[in-house]
Amino acid sequence: MIPATFDYLEVDSADAALAALAEHGDEAKLMAGGHSLIPLMKFRLATPAVVVDIGRISELSYIDDSGGHIAIGALTRHRALETSDLVKAQAPILAHVAGQVGDPAVRHRGTLGGSLAHGDPASDLPAALLALGGSVVVRGPSGEREIAASDFFTGFLETALAPDELMTEVRIPKVPNAKWSYQKFNRRAQDWAIVGVAAVLNGESRVALVNMGATPIQAGAVEAALAAGASIDEASAKAAEGTSPPEDLNGDAEYRAHLAQVLVKRALTEAS
Amino acid sequence: MSDKIRLEMTVNGQSHSADVEPRTLLVHFLRDDLGLTGTNVGCDTSSCGACTIHIDGESAKSCTMLAAQARGANITTIEGLAVSGELHPMQQAFMECHGLQCGYCTPGMVMAATSLLNENPKPSEHEVREGLEGNLCRCTGYHNIVKAVLSASGQSAQGGGA
Amino acid sequence: MTVVGTRKLRKEDPKLLTGEGKYVDDIHVPGELWMGMVRSTMAHARITGVDTSAAAAMDGVHAVYTGTELSEMGLWAAPLPCAWPVTEDMVNPPHYPAATDEAHHVGEIIAVVLADSRYGAADAAEEVVVDYEPLKAVASVAQARDGADTAHSEHSTNKAYTWALIPDPEALDSAFANAVHTVEADFVQQRLIPTAMEPRGVLAIPSPAGGEITLYSATQVPHILKVMIAATTGLPESKLRIIAPAVGGGFGAKLNVNPDELLAVTLANKLGRAVRWTETRSEAAFSTHQGRGQLQKIELAADSEGKLQGVRVHLDADMGAYMMLITPGVPLLGSFLYTGVYDVPAFGFTCDGYFTNLTPTDAYRGAGRPEASYAIERAMDLLANKIGVAPEEIRRRNYLAGGREFENLETASTLVFDSGNYTPNLDAALEMADMNALRAEQTRRREAGETKHLGIGLCTYVEICGLAPSRALAGLNYGAGGWEHAVVRFLPTGKVEVVSGSTPHGQGHETSWSMIVADKLGIDPDDVTVLHSDTAISPLGLDTYGSRSLSVGGVAIAMACDKVVDKAREIAAHQMEANPDDLDFAAGSFTVKGSPDKTLPIQAVAFGAFTAHNLPDGMEPNLQEQVSFDPPNFAFPFGTHVAVVEVDEDTGGVELIDYIAIDDCGTQVNPLIVEGQVHGGIVQGVAQALWEEASYDSDGNCRNPSLLDYLVPSAMEVPFMKLGSTVTPSTSNPLGVKGVGEAGTIGSAAAVINAVCDALRPYGIDDIEMPATPARVWRMIQAAKAAQNGEG
Repeated sequence: MIPATFDYLEVDSADAALAALAEHGDEAKLMAGGHSLIPLMKFRLATPAVVVDIGRISELSYIDDSGGHIAIGALTRHRALETSDLVKAQAPILAHVAGQVGDPAVRHRGTLGGSLAHGDPASDLPAALLALGGSVVVRGPSGEREIAASDFFTGFLETALAPDELMTEVRIPKVPNAKWSYQKFNRRAQDWAIVGVAAVLNGESRVALVNMGATPIQAGAVEAALAAGASIDEASAKAAEGTSPPEDLNGDAEYRAHLAQVLVKRALTEAS
Repeated sequence: MSDKIRLEMTVNGQSHSADVEPRTLLVHFLRDDLGLTGTNVGCDTSSCGACTIHIDGESAKSCTMLAAQARGANITTIEGLAVSGELHPMQQAFMECHGLQCGYCTPGMVMAATSLLNENPKPSEHEVREGLEGNLCRCTGYHNIVKAVLSASGQSAQGGGA
Repeated sequence: MTVVGTRKLRKEDPKLLTGEGKYVDDIHVPGELWMGMVRSTMAHARITGVDTSAAAAMDGVHAVYTGTELSEMGLWAAPLPCAWPVTEDMVNPPHYPAATDEAHHVGEIIAVVLADSRYGAADAAEEVVVDYEPLKAVASVAQARDGADTAHSEHSTNKAYTWALIPDPEALDSAFANAVHTVEADFVQQRLIPTAMEPRGVLAIPSPAGGEITLYSATQVPHILKVMIAATTGLPESKLRIIAPAVGGGFGAKLNVNPDELLAVTLANKLGRAVRWTETRSEAAFSTHQGRGQLQKIELAADSEGKLQGVRVHLDADMGAYMMLITPGVPLLGSFLYTGVYDVPAFGFTCDGYFTNLTPTDAYRGAGRPEASYAIERAMDLLANKIGVAPEEIRRRNYLAGGREFENLETASTLVFDSGNYTPNLDAALEMADMNALRAEQTRRREAGETKHLGIGLCTYVEICGLAPSRALAGLNYGAGGWEHAVVRFLPTGKVEVVSGSTPHGQGHETSWSMIVADKLGIDPDDVTVLHSDTAISPLGLDTYGSRSLSVGGVAIAMACDKVVDKAREIAAHQMEANPDDLDFAAGSFTVKGSPDKTLPIQAVAFGAFTAHNLPDGMEPNLQEQVSFDPPNFAFPFGTHVAVVEVDEDTGGVELIDYIAIDDCGTQVNPLIVEGQVHGGIVQGVAQALWEEASYDSDGNCRNPSLLDYLVPSAMEVPFMKLGSTVTPSTSNPLGVKGVGEAGTIGSAAAVINAVCDALRPYGIDDIEMPATPARVWRMIQAAKAAQNGEG
């Protein structure tokens, strides 16, 4: 399992990364920690002609208090999120979920931006971002724009990030007093969730689902029911509404729909 | 074929420089170029952890990194753990607790365990198991591995007797 | 000074802990060529074209050969061997290292590239284009049995053989005709991917001028491999040297004679350059045999008290696409154990072997015996339920010899069990598990209506190890003997070298053999060096599999030590001017009886044997003896396992929360190593019960070849285990040892599934297929609830 050949470009700034993207266009692929991209390349499911290594752009690795929100550089590693006092105090679910990704070695290398940009519906961090109502900041040839989490995941392994854009920052609302829960159900600890649920209750209720569709998604029906005053039982019964869960060796769509209900109920109960 | 790139890195305290294909995986660079064959390859999906090494003191799976990503890094492999012939306390604990049989997962397991204790010097049994969740062993059922890590942390293994 | 029985730390460990251990992929020679395999992407297809031109034109590519070209090169004299043709008329389609016109499973080799680097070989293999004409694939043993399609186009049926063991058919029929209670159950032994952590690999180094070839292989069986390579390639056996360097686990998966091994040897010989290959993990699902793969039907006949009157078993066994070394015999290894530890008057076993278009099956930890133990132990629980007694009670009522200690007892399956003592073993397990407290907690949860159900599962297993004597194996048509060879020699300086024909790959033989020798010769175990796994150093041996190493090979070493002492006694007596019978040998020294000050250390005797200055007339110099030990009988370890699980009815998730095992492997040489074997074995069996299955689609594609989807458990999935032991020495050898390599696996799958079923009993669920995945458990609960509501 060896990657096909490619040209390698290491860049040390966001501008240099954008320049590399502009020069190489579709042939280039950004690599942050590489923990999503390299496995695909080893199986030759991804064969970029140019790999642009953004992993050591130090200006994109930070966790800052920006007043109303936490500003997190896109290249911040999972381990840094997991152990950040600021994140633990102001958005504890994010620190917790970062600690649920893969295994410790993966968390030492994988980055928040890389995980979000990969857009895997089975990943943990996108659900946390959705439940927190965060956003991502991307920079491209025409400048910078902020994309709400709810608009970011557009299709299976597809995001609103354009091919010539670079994610630079993730913005997380401060929710120090929010009730929250993350429920991850799998058969083996290191694996992706068969189904996962992230819930943040902070006046309004946000509930996001892992591995219940082509993209990371919000459980809209659950959120609406809670907003309308439904009980936990009533709301969690709607967990699978509007979803199209995948089918694989771990379970079919019906089982996943059931799991979503169970896990939403557990999440809401724990968070209440 | 793409152009080779120049790499410099420190491995087990020694500086190395080499020209490699960009696609060279770090584990192959360590094994095939530097001859440090203690780091093993047990899978192709970042699942088994046999290739675990330390990069700047933290565990990483060297099969899921390009050698290029380690440019300038300070790397420790299993060969760099024992100092002047004395086993590292974690290696000693694995031996005393019979935490290895065929030995193939062992280098990665030991590197993952030492990284764990760097971050959490007194882990609970559950935290040890979590810390090793990315390292697979087929021989030991993990029983004596978990005991060894607890022992290396100066703790006795509750429930781990026999 | 007794070393045997102590928890001596392993002498193997320092090398392995520091990265000094050399596995095949760690060993390199100049000029080596890397093989890259072009593998069939179809389970069953006619190969209509193979275009190697693009690959051959690549930089760094030395050669590309299609299966047809390899065939025309005359590299082999015979197909890959099957050493266990279980019946006279067994169908055995020729199996060559590479397919020529028809591919019979995904991953079968179609062409081979040789390149000057690991990466170059991978690149070149990608560039070979194969054209296929698809044929209908036989993707399961059930489909094979139906027979509408055949796995091999030239065959009219998929059946390879029918094998039967029915010692007394009339008694069996009568047992069932007169039974008060009967149980009939069907179980599926899913296919498993063995997954030794070290993938297999080979390095063949030729000597173009001298003609010798050295093969390094990640193998359990260097000696068998040497014979088989000579037989299949026609190369002179005396020119072959096989070395199994550090081997990273085997579990049966490394006891075969594989296409890659033959390709490496023959191509290295042909090209005059070293040839190597290392399997990738995802490739291993195709390039290394798999385990299990059986459909089981078991029937019990019992009287009103639940006392067994007869056991009848039928298997449909999945051979896969070809017969590998012992593929057809694996189900038969279990055949004798379907009566378990029970006193069964009448027994019958039949097995049909079928070809499928899947990776071949062969031995995997336990090889036939975990399957047997699973079937009888699951069925015993069903019988207990049927007559309304506890699982331990049904077992007590049926134990051989009434559960009392016995020696050399003939069973209904015609074998003579060497020794056993089952009731105390069961009692020890129940006590360690605190069964009463567990049952009370289970009841409490049920009465409280909790959704996490507690399940307690029991299994009393027996296994066969140390297959012997050789003449008994002849009766099974097994192609090899059951002996093992050992040499023990004193070096002039008083150190001892042991040459062992058994070939460890994690079992700690160097440590255990040193301990045996230390006690026998009265020396320090650290003064013993064990040489093994290199046919030039250890030319005679039958290798390590089937938990045979200690009970055959270890005993051979002990016997060789006795011969060394016997010879040393003659020399000592000569030098001490005493009668040999008047010498005591203890703590490494000879002493003249009645004259405790007249002593001679055995090391001094050894030096005297080396200088040969003063030996008895006619005695050969040197202190070295050898033994080929062929045991008079198998050894039959046994034990009781208790699994405790928690089943979450909401998710279907099953968690193993406790595990208790009381094993009896006879005399223990090193309890530390015994426990390690049991721990690992248990988790492999638990993994079959809960996580692992090689899953195939209807076209014969493996859906989970990588460790992403093939769920080898991690430390997070298992608890600490509680182990204990009883010791019932074997009568099959002078050390009283049995074997323990497979015991854990043989006991644990049944214990876990018995526990899951125990947890689900309120739903009326009495069986669940392995692996008991959350989705599967949840579905069964849903169906049971629907049925209960329907009735209510």
